[in-house]
Amino acid sequence: MHYETPTDLETALELYAVKGSRIVAGGTDLYPSAKQGHSPRKLIDLTNISALSGINFSGDHYRIGAATTWSEIIKAELPASFDALKQAAKEVGSIQIQNAGTIGGNICNASPAADGVPPLLALDAKVELASAANGTRILALSEFILNVRKTSLAEDEIVSAVLIPKPGALEKSAFEKLGSRRYLVISITMTAANITCDESGVITHAKIAVGACSPVAQRLTKLETDIIGQKPENIEITEQHLSVLSPIDDVRGSGEYRIDVVAEQCKRAVLRAVMS
Amino acid sequence: MTKFTLNGAAVSSDPVPGERLSEMLRERVGARDVKIGCNAGDCGACSVLVDGDVVCACLTPAHQVNGKSVETVGGLYENEPIVDKLADNFLNHGAAQCGICTPGMIVSAVAMLRENSSPTEDEVKDALGGVLCRCTGYRKIIDAVLSVAPSISEGSGHIGSSIRRLDGVEKVSGRDLYGDDIAPSGTMEIFVIRSPFPRAGFELGDLDGFIERNSDVSAIITADDIEGENAFGVIPQFQDQPVFAVHEARFRGEAVAALVATPEFIRDFDQDKFPITWQEKDAAQDITKAQSDDADKLHEKHERNLMCEGFVQRGDAPSAIEASEFVVEGHFNSGFVEHAYIEPEAGYAEVIDGKVIIHACTQAPVMDQEALEIILGRDKSQIRIIPSSVGGGFGSKLDISVQPILALAAIKTAQPVRLTYTRTESMQSTTKRHPSDIHLKMGANSDGKVTGFDFLGGFDTGAYASWGPTVANRVPVHASGPYLIENYRAKSKGIYTNNPPSGAFRGFGVPQSAIAQESLFDELANKVGMDALEFRILNALEAGQPTVCGQVFDQGVGIKKCLQALKPHWDIERKACDEFNAENDGLKRGVGVASGWYGCGNTSLPNPSTIKSGIRADGKIVLHQGAMDIGQGANTVISQIFATALGASISDIELIGPDTDVTPDAGKTSASRQTFVSGNAARLSGQSLRANILQRFNVGENCEILFDGSVIHVRENGKEHSLELSSLTADEEGYVLRAEETYDPPTVPLDENGQGSPYAQFGYAAQMAVMEVDTELGTVKPIKFIAAHDVGKAINPVLVEGQVHGGIAQGLGMALMEEYIPGRTENLHDYLIPTIGDMPPVETLIIEDPDAHGPYGAKGLGEHVLVPTAPAILNAINAATGVRITKVPATPSRVKMAIKAQKND
Repeated sequence: MHYETPTDLETALELYAVKGSRIVAGGTDLYPSAKQGHSPRKLIDLTNISALSGINFSGDHYRIGAATTWSEIIKAELPASFDALKQAAKEVGSIQIQNAGTIGGNICNASPAADGVPPLLALDAKVELASAANGTRILALSEFILNVRKTSLAEDEIVSAVLIPKPGALEKSAFEKLGSRRYLVISITMTAANITCDESGVITHAKIAVGACSPVAQRLTKLETDIIGQKPENIEITEQHLSVLSPIDDVRGSGEYRIDVVAEQCKRAVLRAVMS
Repeated sequence: MTKFTLNGAAVSSDPVPGERLSEMLRERVGARDVKIGCNAGDCGACSVLVDGDVVCACLTPAHQVNGKSVETVGGLYENEPIVDKLADNFLNHGAAQCGICTPGMIVSAVAMLRENSSPTEDEVKDALGGVLCRCTGYRKIIDAVLSVAPSISEGSGHIGSSIRRLDGVEKVSGRDLYGDDIAPSGTMEIFVIRSPFPRAGFELGDLDGFIERNSDVSAIITADDIEGENAFGVIPQFQDQPVFAVHEARFRGEAVAALVATPEFIRDFDQDKFPITWQEKDAAQDITKAQSDDADKLHEKHERNLMCEGFVQRGDAPSAIEASEFVVEGHFNSGFVEHAYIEPEAGYAEVIDGKVIIHACTQAPVMDQEALEIILGRDKSQIRIIPSSVGGGFGSKLDISVQPILALAAIKTAQPVRLTYTRTESMQSTTKRHPSDIHLKMGANSDGKVTGFDFLGGFDTGAYASWGPTVANRVPVHASGPYLIENYRAKSKGIYTNNPPSGAFRGFGVPQSAIAQESLFDELANKVGMDALEFRILNALEAGQPTVCGQVFDQGVGIKKCLQALKPHWDIERKACDEFNAENDGLKRGVGVASGWYGCGNTSLPNPSTIKSGIRADGKIVLHQGAMDIGQGANTVISQIFATALGASISDIELIGPDTDVTPDAGKTSASRQTFVSGNAARLSGQSLRANILQRFNVGENCEILFDGSVIHVRENGKEHSLELSSLTADEEGYVLRAEETYDPPTVPLDENGQGSPYAQFGYAAQMAVMEVDTELGTVKPIKFIAAHDVGKAINPVLVEGQVHGGIAQGLGMALMEEYIPGRTENLHDYLIPTIGDMPPVETLIIEDPDAHGPYGAKGLGEHVLVPTAPAILNAINAATGVRITKVPATPSRVKMAIKAQKND
């Protein structure tokens, strides 16, 4: 096995085009899922590529390098619409994990319970993918994650960045996580809400996403439409609003339970977003 | 080459691609102060600083630190000024118990304190939230990081003083050596082949061919290599577990073979390449199925998979209940609970001059030696157990795990060998708390007195007996709780299943039965119309009254004092909850109370401890302290008792720890017996040494002895006598004076109705829990605990508090989140134990109702601390919401569904 530490993306892409390679950045998913005796032929470490780290604003969108850690996101100065993402970042494992784990790794791992995904969906995030052969393409995050542990990544593609369109000036957000303990816990359910209200406190725009209740985190588009024109404290959640969810029974909770609490979580997330 | 600075010094190393930083640090550059608990980022024990940021070394590619600065606890202890105070605080607060998580805690705290020198409690929790501790209950750690003023004592260290633990500096500096820290790097390693199925037949293939093809493999060990008996078990009549299964594996994770190879081979070994074929078979994974007509027998002699039963009867329970004005009954369940000590089982073995020497973590070195005597078929004198430090045990490290495999491998290869279980291996293959299925019915009259109590408990003992018979015996003796119950019937059954063996876990089944009993006590008090605490005080056992075994203690029954000590808190907290609830809709708070009692030492069986001490010609006082310190503090407490009895200062005493060649057997660290039983042996040893000295001067018993280097002075009536120790003849161990004393608690066997005197002493406890339930989400947030414990005499009050906090944390885990499901929760992110964010403040009320048998009145405490916790929590949830949770853990899902069902009723 080889361990490669490219310092620019082009070299990384060339190295990755060779079969049997794997990407490593924070290592927080790579090591726990490693199976003894099944090592990749090559590990390509992306953490020395400066273009893949950090957050910058280009006028119409924010660009978060794929190898940006959760701690860097927490410390970054960002508008209120990113509060949910920052709150989610603080819920990713522990400080040890937040210091190492990256936003790109979180979405590539495609866990139904990835803390980063609902806030990114609520930010209308897009994913920038790069390959040596085909250059760069951009996909909506909702098109990027296909299923449990499945993404649209082609064999030779690397996620280079997450792109967030410039949010509205009044957009605020909040993240609600439910787990069986504090810290180091896989979510039972989670909800991110990005909400815009007018001066009278009426919702004018809403983006709400729920994780751990379906193979891929989902936006609740019907709910988003229905609550426009309402006051955040008055919103009602119906069965139909949650019909895109298909939670399973597992050790963390029953499907019935998840649906019950997600309704409550949506209310709390919306309310907390506007109160922030 | 990977070049970096390690604690300020330039180092270079050549890790293999993909190697974990933890591996490189421990095995290539000698940083064994970095401890590994899970290799998955779940426990944080391996936390190190990379360029000042805290990360899990187990998740960091070694190559990534090229050009960077790495700091570990050992270096921080030497170089970082913050740690001067922090380490002191840890020692003063007893914030390190077993110490295996301490490096992770200190490293994480340093990362925060460098940025923020005066953190809030919440900031401390955020900073330390990534490090799991299974011993302390975290509160002492929070106090240490916040620099709360400690209540530590200096001075002679005699009983009653809160001296620092004697082995503490090793723990806060990362110097302590645990099971995986003994073997030199490069030692041959062992890989254990385990059953992937709960039940499966298997055939081993061409093992010789496999060895021939793989030159790095030096041997494969199977049942054929066992020269003695392929059987072990902690109870002589129930030695039913093989070291390696033969033909059929009876639980998922059971060992069937092991290969011994170079570390490089093991690192890259794909176990699918091992020559074995499996045939999965129909498995009985619960006690209902195991007892059904068509279930196969796991063990030939046990019809319907019944391992054994326990029974205690007094008076006529069914008739008394029948005649009662008020009757309640309930059905209660609990699942497997994993010990989840942060140190997985690990050890190192070598054969020197024909003697097998094993360094491994254990709670019972002499039992390990006795088990190996049978397995290896060689005399005890050819087996030496030198325990490593133990990174938590809680009962599971009473059973052998790595020891026989290490011994067989070392013998077969004639080379030193090393074995460390992975977290998953540890969880799959070692013992668990017994799942329980309990039916309980009880009655009371309008005067509030409990009239009758009828208990039937089924316990899943897994594939092998382990401590199952002890659970079956202990439960009927304890299921009444510490109350006067004249009409009593309790029957327990241990059932074999195709699950991991259930064994000893802090309380031997009593925490499970306490859930049923204390939950129904609340229900019964409610029916009678009495306050739950008053009801308990009214029914509490008193000195002079018979226990359910007919044993009458004429002293030392402290339960009423414990309950009464809670009374003012009960009133204040209940009022506070009422006020809180009046102001809140979705959040509801409640207060719950529960009692517990626990007999210290073996149930009606001998369990002697022997403590040897001696004085050398240079005046050094040596204590052979054989009671395993697994974090609870035996090294310190036993020494304090000994120092008190001898009349010496604790600082004059040198400890020699457990080692089957040089230290007598102080029995197992189990059954809350070390302070009581080994403490008594230490007291006798100290007294005997003192008597020996006084006799030489022919002076009275109360004379003061001054140990002054190689001279001993004795003062009586203003006269001073001196003894030059070098004038005495030293024995073969170098002692000029010595004493060796044994204590075995007096008990009387139980008859067929369980009547007798099973224990020489009980310890008593009552705990109060304040819980907040989010009625919409079903989440339960602990607000505070108040715990009253009758310890007879607190030998070291800070260590007493440490036990209470840690026991409560484990009880909290059992009540709210912990459930081991074979094949499903075999790691520390699916199996959840409480983190620093889950433990609320604990107020410990130490009650001292001295016991006539205890050393200076002291009683055991280790298990009492978690017996009342889970039922107190469940009663608090009931007080908050009105729902009665009868199946633990009370996960958010279960609590919410119960609240929903109540609303729909």
